[in-house]
Amino acid sequence: MTEGKKALLVMGCPEVPVQTSMVIYLSHKLHKAGWIVTVAGTDAAVKLLKAADPESYYVQNTIDLDELIGEIIEKKVDFDVCFVFMHSDAGMTYGATFSVISRARIYALVFGKNAEALAETIDYPAEKIVAKATHNPNPLKNKIDKVVL
Amino acid sequence: MSCIEQMKYKLYLERTSFKEAREYIEKNSEEVYYVDPGYKIFKDYYIIGVPPVAMGVRGKEMLFTYVKPCHGTFVMGIDSEEEINRLRENEKEKIKKSLKRGLKEKAEITSQPASFGDMWKK
Repeated sequence: MTEGKKALLVMGCPEVPVQTSMVIYLSHKLHKAGWIVTVAGTDAAVKLLKAADPESYYVQNTIDLDELIGEIIEKKVDFDVCFVFMHSDAGMTYGATFSVISRARIYALVFGKNAEALAETIDYPAEKIVAKATHNPNPLKNKIDKVVL
Repeated sequence: MSCIEQMKYKLYLERTSFKEAREYIEKNSEEVYYVDPGYKIFKDYYIIGVPPVAMGVRGKEMLFTYVKPCHGTFVMGIDSEEEINRLRENEKEKIKKSLKRGLKEKAEITSQPASFGDMWKK
């Protein structure tokens, strides 16, 4: 039963093309399954989402990443699951932070050219979803589709 | 944008990995303290990091990691006696808590029978 449960999607730097399309895809998939979805990211990452989905059909709620971290730490908000998109050391570091500050179950979505090497550096509690995807979203999409929530 | 970027700071490492930034702080500080991710400094910045997050003290300067999603990890230094004192106080609290835990565990152990004879009495 997922109705009313809260999911967070954390975007990393939007420089790798698959991220924005996979965030839209996953947000829509979770929303259709009854989850309340929030997407967090930098100003640029959120702007990319909003430009692609101007009427908020696929992504209903967005928030600035740093602002959200403050709200979780101050216990104003929290989530049941958290998908952290990462293709760099900085993204992996944000994932570690969420694994400490939030009670959510963490999913590390690791993509990009060095996905496998980056996934090996994750030593915090997280389910790893790893795909060497940069321009073609399908390897990551196929793995996301196998996630059972 | 965090208030840190408007403060007077020095950059010691730029666009590096978190692990390298932590090692820099450990090797180049007179005192090193470890905090959890989410530790708040300078009113509105919550430390982003992989535990254990190292914070350093060098003279009047506090060394810490600053992570930006598109630019990686930076090691920053800002003069702040207030933040350094807070780090030291935080460490004292951690020691107090671990001592209390230790004493409690010891008390639990000593409350057990000391000999076979004592066990028999029970």
